[in-house]
Amino acid sequence: MTRVALFVTCIVDQVFPQIGIATADVLERLGYQVDFPEDQTCCGQPALNSGYPEQAATVARGFLDTFRDAEHIVVPSGSCAAMITHHFEEIFEHDSKRLEEARKVAPRVWELSQFLLEVAKVEDVGARFEGTVTFHDSCHALRELHLKQGPRRLLAHVQGLTLREMEIAEECCGFGGTFSVKFPEISGGMARTKIDSIRKTEVGAVVGIDASCLMQLQGVMDRARLPIRTMHLAEILASR
Amino acid sequence: MTAREQILSDIRGALGRTETSAAAPLPAPMLRFPNMDIGVAVSLFRQKLEKLNGKTMLVPSRAHVVEFLRPLLEGKRAVAANSPFVAACGITQMPGVQSGITDRDALRDACASADLGITSVDYALAETGSFVMLSSADNARLISLLPPAHIAVFPRSRILANLDELLSMLPRPADQTSSLVLITGPSRTADIEQILVRGVHGPGEVYAVIVEDE
Amino acid sequence: MPATPKEDFQKTLADSRLQLAIYSSTRRLMDHRAAVVAPEALSDYQELRTRANQIKSHTIDHLDHYLTELESNVTAHGGRVVFCRDSGDVTEFLVGLAKERNARRIVKSKSMVTEEIHFNDALEKNNLEVVETDLGEYIMQLAGERPYHIVAPALHKTRQDVAALFTEKLGVEREEVIEEQTKIARRVLRQKFLSADIGVSGANFLVADSGAVVLVENEGNARLSTSTPKIHVAVAGIEKLIPRAQDLAVFLNLLGRSATGQPLTVYTSFLSGPRREGEIDGPDEFYLVLVDNGRTRLLADPEKRQSLFCIRCGACLNHCPVYRKIGGHNYPWVYSGPIGAIITPQFHGVAQDPWLPFASSLCGACAEVCPVKIEIPKLLLKLRAEVTAAKQSTGQGGLERSGFRAWAWLMSHPKIYLSLASMGSRFRGMIPKIGPLRSWASQREVPKLAPRSFHKLWAERKRATGKTS
Repeated sequence: MTRVALFVTCIVDQVFPQIGIATADVLERLGYQVDFPEDQTCCGQPALNSGYPEQAATVARGFLDTFRDAEHIVVPSGSCAAMITHHFEEIFEHDSKRLEEARKVAPRVWELSQFLLEVAKVEDVGARFEGTVTFHDSCHALRELHLKQGPRRLLAHVQGLTLREMEIAEECCGFGGTFSVKFPEISGGMARTKIDSIRKTEVGAVVGIDASCLMQLQGVMDRARLPIRTMHLAEILASR
Repeated sequence: MTAREQILSDIRGALGRTETSAAAPLPAPMLRFPNMDIGVAVSLFRQKLEKLNGKTMLVPSRAHVVEFLRPLLEGKRAVAANSPFVAACGITQMPGVQSGITDRDALRDACASADLGITSVDYALAETGSFVMLSSADNARLISLLPPAHIAVFPRSRILANLDELLSMLPRPADQTSSLVLITGPSRTADIEQILVRGVHGPGEVYAVIVEDE
Repeated sequence: MPATPKEDFQKTLADSRLQLAIYSSTRRLMDHRAAVVAPEALSDYQELRTRANQIKSHTIDHLDHYLTELESNVTAHGGRVVFCRDSGDVTEFLVGLAKERNARRIVKSKSMVTEEIHFNDALEKNNLEVVETDLGEYIMQLAGERPYHIVAPALHKTRQDVAALFTEKLGVEREEVIEEQTKIARRVLRQKFLSADIGVSGANFLVADSGAVVLVENEGNARLSTSTPKIHVAVAGIEKLIPRAQDLAVFLNLLGRSATGQPLTVYTSFLSGPRREGEIDGPDEFYLVLVDNGRTRLLADPEKRQSLFCIRCGACLNHCPVYRKIGGHNYPWVYSGPIGAIITPQFHGVAQDPWLPFASSLCGACAEVCPVKIEIPKLLLKLRAEVTAAKQSTGQGGLERSGFRAWAWLMSHPKIYLSLASMGSRFRGMIPKIGPLRSWASQREVPKLAPRSFHKLWAERKRATGKTS
């Protein structure tokens, strides 16, 4: 049985654990043995984002140590996966030992939809979800990992699900990590523009692969008392 | 230290170079152009220029140019370039057409009060519907710029595929002229509320008269 | 260190007319660009970008070599190159030239570098009349404002704004029809073109092997400014160089498309000096003013010198969700949007506008559309680290720094982190809304920490199924 290690990400661990459960369900149903290295915490992105690369390196070293021996590492987040595969090299620029480790781990790190399509090589995970949804393209996933059609192909095979595209699927939701609290008015404005576009699709839920985007959108929609849900791709794929 | 010396010295310092540092070689320029059939080039040129609100006419031979232009020039004042092709088409003999001007001020005054400027072109570009004009004794800059309308008359053989082909034929325009200009349609702006308006400073009306048998 | 201009942001965000103007104008420019860089329209778009980046990288890495080649070719064609360190040098040269030639009136086409050095103000103080001739720039000159956008300077003005402005400044009867407003400007500016002593232009590209400047425009004002006056002065930053005329194929195929969605703008001029023998019109004298104004400082940083590749197309502004909310005037300098965010701190030092590199969600839309592939988000991250380091060296930002140090320590001690987190979730309703939490709550509902973390849920799941992991 092939083993995959799950890196749930700090936000899923503490705020949206159901996304982690759903991810594990999907993988186990496909026949993988899911390992959860307990010492995992975070990829370090918040510190890098805020201008503290040393602190980001401290946390990133923890990731490298925890996942050293994992053959496949699955991450239900585009931004965290991109942090590991694209930004660890910058953080460890001057640390040749850790740089080498970062280069070795990068090809083994997969965002969930990437893993399903490219490693498990499945498009139909046997999911069922009745409803019309729209899909939000998270920035790091779209522009760093080049995920666009992948998640949509997976959704296309979900029984009972109809996907309706919003006009501005690729526009940023406004989260941006500490940007959301350093520039709340701009962040909120960006989210409201996005939500206007979501409302026009008249769907019941917006699906994404990054919990941070979903948290941002849900927060603004709840403030506006809109009855639209946010759901992580893993939750849809785990639905039966 | 002069400003020149200071700046060059700062640049070299910043780059870790000295006065005698060589320049690494640069790959050959990237020039891509199709081998375009002339009939296709003519059609494409016309399509592109017309999409920009330019007007195009295909005339069978240079002898026919005058009759095609007559309605456009009726009752109007025009300045024509000293181009041999313009003269060969009989344009300089038409009523209302001033040509043969070689004095800069006289030319400017004529253009400032003319309704039309008539020139030939050195080349045309099919993919963008552009005229290519080199400033010379045969072609003054202001004729295609000051009057509110510009008519370019040229043989179809001057049409090239695109800018890349032009640059491959003319790798050093500065060897030949102080001014090479590509004109792609009528002058325009969208500076106010993004609403398109034509004929801001340059001509708002542009005509291409293409002589088919040359 | 100065604070973030939050009130200004709020004002702009609350102005629904302005929001619509910015949003719809940029949307239009985005759509036009998309149509002409799509694979069906331009099959080698990505290759062109790569090539443009390589050419610029090569040129910048050998800038002194190409500058001297440029100078030698300008001189050979009868022109003169004037190197200027800063605003003072430029003013001194122009004022001196005007005096020698008895010149009073200057017509000017668009040039961002002249905005940088407050060119118009400096010359007007020396009793020279400087008239902007690009319609958008002319409007902004009348209004006394700086440009709102690199390519569309009056993007935020309505026809009513323009009508009021023309009546007030030109004494004409109120006219709200845009086509008529344009005719008014054409009439007024034509007089200026025909009577100007000096024409000042910018330069989109400087061509080293030809001693030439390339001007790209739609109106015809750059052609007129450089053809009617007897003297042409082109002002350009030293980084505007490309090695060969033939390299224009790459850059001209990218510039118009990226800026406005036009494969070529209406006029592309390739000017190499005063008129030649036999040419009937054109200037008698040509001067190329090459401006440093701090560019050599940017050059010294190997990671950030790619900022100098910029060809000023404005695509990054159009695609930036932050620019599209706060508009051009909320940026501290003449360059706005993502390019402004990376070069402003490099020119002025990170301490002047420390908030600027942080005013981005790092979405990467800018880098995706940049024709010369500047890695804008990467440079923003580098600048953020420089800001925090600068704060540390001046004894500021201690609270945030300690916060992140503590956070990093906690994240490296999983067992302690997890037990603290589980305590936090127990008291989650009682966490006071201060600092970041308050900031979050100003715009959104606050999500709650889950009662049991994934760590806990997983442990329970393993116990239930009797497996170990």
